[in-house]
Amino acid sequence: MTALSRMPWIWSFLAAGIVWVITLMFTGGASIVGLTQATLTFAAFSVIVGTGQMFVITLGPGNIDLSIPATMTLAGTVALKLMGGDSGLIVPGFLVAIAIGLGVGVANYALIKLLRIPPIIATLAMSFIIQSAAIWSNRGLRIRPPEILGDFAIGSVLGVPNVAILALVVTVLAYVALEKSLYGRWILAIGQNIRAARMAGIPVDGVRCGTYVLCAVLASLGGYFLASFSGGAALNMGAEYLLMSIAVVVIGGTSVAGGDSNVPGIWGASLFMFLVVSMLNTYGFDAGFRMIMTGLIIIGVIVTAGGRTVRF
Amino acid sequence: MRRLVSADALRVLVPAMSLAVLLGAVFYLQPRTMSYTGLNLLFNLAVPIALATLAQMLIMAVNDLDLSMGAFVSFAACVTATFLQSAPLLGLLILAAAVAVYAGLGVIIHLRNLPAIVVTLGMSFVWSGLAVLILPSPGGAAPEWIRAIMTVRPPFAPMAIVASVLIAVIAHLIVMRSSLGVVLRGVGGNRRSVERAGWSVVRVRAMTYALAAVFAILAGISLVGLTTAADANIAMRYTLLSIAGVILGGGEFVGGRVSPIGAVIGALTLTLAASFLSFLRISPDWQIGAQGAILILVLAIRLVLNRRENKEKRA
Amino acid sequence: MNDESQLPAVIAVDGARKSFGAVKALDGVDFTVAPGQCIGLVGHNGAGKSTLVNVINGGITLDQGTIALAGQNHSSGHSIARARSGGIRCVFQELSLCPNLTVLENVRIAHRTLTGFGWRTRAAKLISAQLDTIFPGHGISAGSVVGDLSIAQRQMVEIATAFSRDSDPVALVILDEPTSSLDASRAHQLIEYVKTFTAEGGAVIFISHILGEILEAAHRVIVMRDGKVVGDRPASEFTVPGLVQAMGSVAAKRQARRETDARASGEAPVVARPQHTDAVAFRAFRGELVGLAGLSGHGQTETLVDLYKSLSSDWRAARDPKAAFVAGDRLIDGIFPIWSILRNMSITVLADWSRRGFVDVAREIGFGGDWKQRIGIRSDDLENPILSLSGGNQQKALFARALGSRAEVVLMDDPMRGVDIGTKQDVYAMLRQEADKGRTFVWYSTEMDEVSVCDRVYVFRDGRIVAELAGDAVSEDAILAASFGERAA
Repeated sequence: MTALSRMPWIWSFLAAGIVWVITLMFTGGASIVGLTQATLTFAAFSVIVGTGQMFVITLGPGNIDLSIPATMTLAGTVALKLMGGDSGLIVPGFLVAIAIGLGVGVANYALIKLLRIPPIIATLAMSFIIQSAAIWSNRGLRIRPPEILGDFAIGSVLGVPNVAILALVVTVLAYVALEKSLYGRWILAIGQNIRAARMAGIPVDGVRCGTYVLCAVLASLGGYFLASFSGGAALNMGAEYLLMSIAVVVIGGTSVAGGDSNVPGIWGASLFMFLVVSMLNTYGFDAGFRMIMTGLIIIGVIVTAGGRTVRF
Repeated sequence: MRRLVSADALRVLVPAMSLAVLLGAVFYLQPRTMSYTGLNLLFNLAVPIALATLAQMLIMAVNDLDLSMGAFVSFAACVTATFLQSAPLLGLLILAAAVAVYAGLGVIIHLRNLPAIVVTLGMSFVWSGLAVLILPSPGGAAPEWIRAIMTVRPPFAPMAIVASVLIAVIAHLIVMRSSLGVVLRGVGGNRRSVERAGWSVVRVRAMTYALAAVFAILAGISLVGLTTAADANIAMRYTLLSIAGVILGGGEFVGGRVSPIGAVIGALTLTLAASFLSFLRISPDWQIGAQGAILILVLAIRLVLNRRENKEKRA
Repeated sequence: MNDESQLPAVIAVDGARKSFGAVKALDGVDFTVAPGQCIGLVGHNGAGKSTLVNVINGGITLDQGTIALAGQNHSSGHSIARARSGGIRCVFQELSLCPNLTVLENVRIAHRTLTGFGWRTRAAKLISAQLDTIFPGHGISAGSVVGDLSIAQRQMVEIATAFSRDSDPVALVILDEPTSSLDASRAHQLIEYVKTFTAEGGAVIFISHILGEILEAAHRVIVMRDGKVVGDRPASEFTVPGLVQAMGSVAAKRQARRETDARASGEAPVVARPQHTDAVAFRAFRGELVGLAGLSGHGQTETLVDLYKSLSSDWRAARDPKAAFVAGDRLIDGIFPIWSILRNMSITVLADWSRRGFVDVAREIGFGGDWKQRIGIRSDDLENPILSLSGGNQQKALFARALGSRAEVVLMDDPMRGVDIGTKQDVYAMLRQEADKGRTFVWYSTEMDEVSVCDRVYVFRDGRIVAELAGDAVSEDAILAASFGERAA
């Protein structure tokens, strides 16, 4: 039991497994490969942006990045527009997407710091500007990604989708950063007690700024590959990742009170969230019902996990 | 310590002045708006926004934030345009249940010590989902009585302005003058001290959330009265608008420092800002972005004013 | 005044025990207050006074023991609401008014009965009358927002609110450091009112660091130490030195002052603060123990925090930090609550050892073991959570965090709060040793015996330094005189 309590991520994997079995039972196991591959693919995007959100949430109460969907959209549209289907421009396109992430992250933290407003308001206001920039740059045109990039995004190696491998790399790097690096220690300390962190000599502003930049860069990375995967950027392509990025973090066992992250849990939660939606689809529930379920699941998980109460 | 105006008066004075300046700019750009009909058009959507802003203000008074405001007002609008119109009793029952859900959220957030932001973000999906189930495609119809109320043409000033003043006065009486409103703001100001005085903070929170739900529902009903129909996404913008309205009106995110009159003025300013932007012929691509920019601008002005006030206090 | 046998006690606590983790805050306390009595409650920080107060007003539930309110045993269901309806009021050490509300609105929070039409007028009358009675010439308007009042005015409002009665009874008023921000004449007015109040049959528990006030106001004095009552006698049988001794101070035999001649040699100060409003410029030299004194909450902590922030960066971590900080308010400024003891100890030094941004785990473990032994942290495993330690041992971990770094200046924010005497002696010895090696310590303390150990002392009042005392001029009397300005004169 103590071993289990040290691995809160196990529950999200367990839940994902159960839903996977239930869905397969309905289809009689006919779609086992297809379902698993689709799940891995779609979960991969949640994992990439969810990892960024996890770092932000770890910073402590009130830290949430609401500009993730807009950043994904902007990075996707601008990168695809720049490449214009030309395979030779894949690398510049990628770099532009990353640069957009860098810019958004710095802008977000500048607002938080200079206007001294809750991050949630800063990133929300920022997301409106980013969204407008995306509308303006794309004007509703759907530009196809370069063929090589598109093939890579939908392709797989030995049955494992490429984007899932990419997400796995992101996860491993995040895990190492959190567990082994100085930055990881700092971010965990800030999340537990930001005042104490500052008084212990941690460069609080540097770490927080870096974290918002990291989150925005991961969002633009996600946007770049999502746009390539779906054969072009759409203006609402990031929309569902607003709640999803928060949901996978919370369900994955990261504490919303901050200072306690859980990297593997993001995978379990992402698989679970996609499987729930596809299960509801298979059983014929419509969009409204799916939204209600998504909302209730996330509330249920936070209520069960609870906020951390400091004992006096 | 002697000052000409108290901090509370200043809280209302600044937004009132910014509203006046903006109104002046609109009159300058479009002199034709300087009439009964013109004003009616300018402030057409002010009433629902003002009500939603007051709802958000109540939640902010106890140091929380409601990110489901837009979804909830949309839900209320959908219920109004369907059930409340065809089966009023059932409609009222649904809306009463929604108020109870809000009170329950207040209790859960308090007892489990949860971040209101995440809980309400989750709820926004629940409300949107319910709205989609009720009204899968835009439609429905406004109940006659609300249509009648919203289209009254009182003498001297258009309905939107008369109603806004009325709403501001009522909210002021509840939040600022009543003995209950004091406890509500006290929870935002110093929760421990309210607890030590023997109050049940969880009860106060539940009551605040329920009251906020009532204002939000009124926002939904009045919105349908103006638009005559509803859809599941009709008021999604209200989440940001309501937060911006409260801040614009001199309210603060924490500390129980709110002002209902300021909040209504803030809502009027935002309504006017939308007209202002369209008069400036800003490209529709940047309409959403302009909203974000206005919010940032307002917060920046606020910061400057706060700094100046603090400096004066120290001097 | 001594008809205790006839009237039931306002409050009677019997065999009270309460532990927080490993800390025994109350260790078998018996305590009664009779109507018409003023009890003085004294003891060092962490002696258990605040816990006792919180037990009486219903904020804390006892592990063991009983509480009887006006003769009725309520130990099982004693709560804040019940204590209040039984007429128990409390003025807390920290500000417990709502700063966003006006004075009369705060009165409304305190009185549930103030509702209905015209409550504002009634509340305003109530508080104005009470303020006039206790503090004539107070100059506070009932309609002003509390956040705009000075600290002294807020304290007056709190006191008046506690004594005011609408239709609910006032049987016992607990005053926890009520005079900490009041000047001499206001403090005197309060003590006079306490005498009137008790003469009319009310009861008061008076807690203060200023022992003279206690002896003036109280009929009986109760001395607490380490969660126990160690003295309970009529005030007339105590003297100030007698009380100090009963509290278990170590000041009796004062440590020999260290000889420092850094300033004589014209060396530059290690830390200095621009002299804005201070009467004296703040400077600290190499190898010095500099004390910050004065009444609590008069700007000492803020000064330390400002100094620390000016010596470290918000954006980059320095490999060899100039300064380190030891928190006194551990839960707020020091502890990372979900981490282990080791991680709490090592967080400051990690940056110093990091290689390409990675934590040197082997070195971290070595550091932990080394300091566990040197400073004597009582735990079998440093991987245990920090909150499993007693307050004193948590504090040792925080000392290790600061002393283990290469910082040449160590800033200490009243770090001995709630620490037992044994630990204090260990730490004193270590500080002296480190100072001899050339480290500079800036030490804010509310305990007079600690301040007396320092080479030089700055006294604070109202957020500014008002006096500098050096060498043999450092004495309790001199510090008190400077802290109160005119009061001691």
